Amino acid sequence: MTALRDAFVSALVALGLFGPLVGLVAASGEHGLSLHVRPVATAVVVGLVFLGRLLIVSWRGRNRRPIAKTNRARTERLSRTGQYIAPVLLIAAVALPFTGSRYYIDLGTLVLTYIMLGWGLNIVVGLAGLLDLGYVAFYAVGAYSYALLATTFGLGFWTCLPLAGILAALWGVMLGFPVLRLRGDYLAIVTLAFGEIIRIVLINWVSLTNGPNGIGGIPRPTLFGLAFSMDGGPGTFGGFFHIEPAVIQRIDFLYYVILGLALLTNWVSLRLRRLPLGRAWEALREDEVACRSLGINVRNTKLTAFGIGALFGGFAGAFFATRQAFISPESFTFIESATVLAIVVLGGLGSQLGVALAAIVMVGGLEALRDGLSFLGDQMNSPIFAGIASELPLYRMLIFGLALVVMMVLRPRGLVSGRTPGVALTKPKAIGPDLVAEGRG
Amino acid sequence: MTPLLSLSGVTAFYGAIQALRGIDLTVNAGEIVTLIGANGAGKSTLMMTICGTPRARSGSIVHNGQDIIQWPTHAIMRRGIAQAPEGRRIFSRMTVHENLLMGAEVAGRGGIPDLLDQVFALFPRLKERISQRGGTLSGGEQQMLAIGRALMSRPELLLLDEPSLGLAPLVVRQIFGAIRDLNRSSGLTVLLVEQNAYQALRLAHRGYVLVNGSITMTGTGADLLARPEIRAAYLEGGHG
Repeated sequence: MTALRDAFVSALVALGLFGPLVGLVAASGEHGLSLHVRPVATAVVVGLVFLGRLLIVSWRGRNRRPIAKTNRARTERLSRTGQYIAPVLLIAAVALPFTGSRYYIDLGTLVLTYIMLGWGLNIVVGLAGLLDLGYVAFYAVGAYSYALLATTFGLGFWTCLPLAGILAALWGVMLGFPVLRLRGDYLAIVTLAFGEIIRIVLINWVSLTNGPNGIGGIPRPTLFGLAFSMDGGPGTFGGFFHIEPAVIQRIDFLYYVILGLALLTNWVSLRLRRLPLGRAWEALREDEVACRSLGINVRNTKLTAFGIGALFGGFAGAFFATRQAFISPESFTFIESATVLAIVVLGGLGSQLGVALAAIVMVGGLEALRDGLSFLGDQMNSPIFAGIASELPLYRMLIFGLALVVMMVLRPRGLVSGRTPGVALTKPKAIGPDLVAEGRG
Repeated sequence: MTPLLSLSGVTAFYGAIQALRGIDLTVNAGEIVTLIGANGAGKSTLMMTICGTPRARSGSIVHNGQDIIQWPTHAIMRRGIAQAPEGRRIFSRMTVHENLLMGAEVAGRGGIPDLLDQVFALFPRLKERISQRGGTLSGGEQQMLAIGRALMSRPELLLLDEPSLGLAPLVVRQIFGAIRDLNRSSGLTVLLVEQNAYQALRLAHRGYVLVNGSITMTGTGADLLARPEIRAAYLEGGHG
């Protein structure tokens, strides 16, 4: 009975929400714009919500199991399968360019960029527990550092990459200083502002950054000095190996560059977690006062977290610049910070594998959803859905948002929420999500 | 003999509220000194002021002949002073092993296995729980972990803030026994803040009584235990 009432309320809410969104459509007719009503489509949507809610509530009522128990079993199962997921993902990542599909390689490059950003931010948010909403600032600093150094001084990608990283790290430390005393919400606000400041400076400092017009003609990376140009001369990749130059070679090369950079980020993060510094970060996330009373220099520990996190953001930024060959402040908006943070939170704060999975879902999944929806739209010929079919791909953000909400309800601590201790005398034992604090950095 | 730690005329404030009003206190090497007092008397504040948060507004805190009143907390803790803070404050998501290693951060990397063995000899329970998460320990075990973690830095002076808080009498006796053993066997100096006045005074060589941010009485443990005003204020009424 409660299920019925619940479903009815949900349907009412859906009616209020989708009534105007789905039910009304503006079409340009003979006398300007006219409004059409689509009662059937609205009824279908509301009916679906009603049925869905009814099913969820009645299913929940029947399957009330102790949460802790199922969670622990799930964690153990997950950590067992997790041992296989990582190598499989790695092999898939290495093998991807052999598919030869430019679309997949480009998508893979994009996903890997976000994985790298996620791993970088994971150091700051996941390990050290410092909520950073302005991570895109370091991405921007890295990108502009490379773009400006390359176009002004003619330096190559591999020379600029460390410089871009160092400059970003420097900005990370500069951001770190004023926020040393801040925690939680206050820290989030200041870092958010920092991200915006960097973007606005990039827009307005026209003499240096060319303002909103951006910087173009950024050189591509070379393989030990061999350029990927199409003329096939002796100093180029094609000329050196005596193969026909093709665009796909450069695309493949860029893919492997970001794969290498991402793996470097992962390796460094995993190493650091086993070192006293990584342990100090985690301890800092747990209890700052206790850290201080153990003689840990909280200031330096926080600054290194900001610095190293920003370093990887800078690397990723330099890669972004070289891949796009053109950058403008538009690429470094708050939504980028939010996406990366969502990847870290969705993946489970502190989990390397979780971040990788979340990036695949968030970036790759959104893309797959768009393709799937446009395919579905093409298949729908029924007059009921007329009008919806063509705009179906536009609903992908709605579906995606819903999926995120459902995901956080089902696994509030992220996809991979267990924590493996940094040191262990015997076999490392994963710490289940029921023991990991929820929703806290 | 110069004392290991000596405070003179120390005042401290929380905003406009004065928490400490001119504290004079000395701790000699090898002693167990206890600081007793009611809730809100300033015991924990005094302990924290020695560590530099909150910073003392006036007076001097001399450790080993050096005034440390302006030193940052982490630097003070690197001078051979260790603290098991109030409320234990162990890292609840990290394992017992990791918690202990955090304590050794100051001591440097050498000799960690020996230090671990010493802590496990003192608290065998911790060895059983080594790969368990800190937050899953019982209150007594958490207190043992907090003390063990503090000992990992090879301190000369151990500051203990209410180790008996919320523990069963049997566990309190265990922990106080461990403190006494440490003091006797390795000459560790202990400054102990306690509400459990009876146990603390029996354990300590000397004691101070803190009332409203000032020290009102001082003497040997046995001496203070025998005083009628102490008995009336801190011992009778369920404290024994």
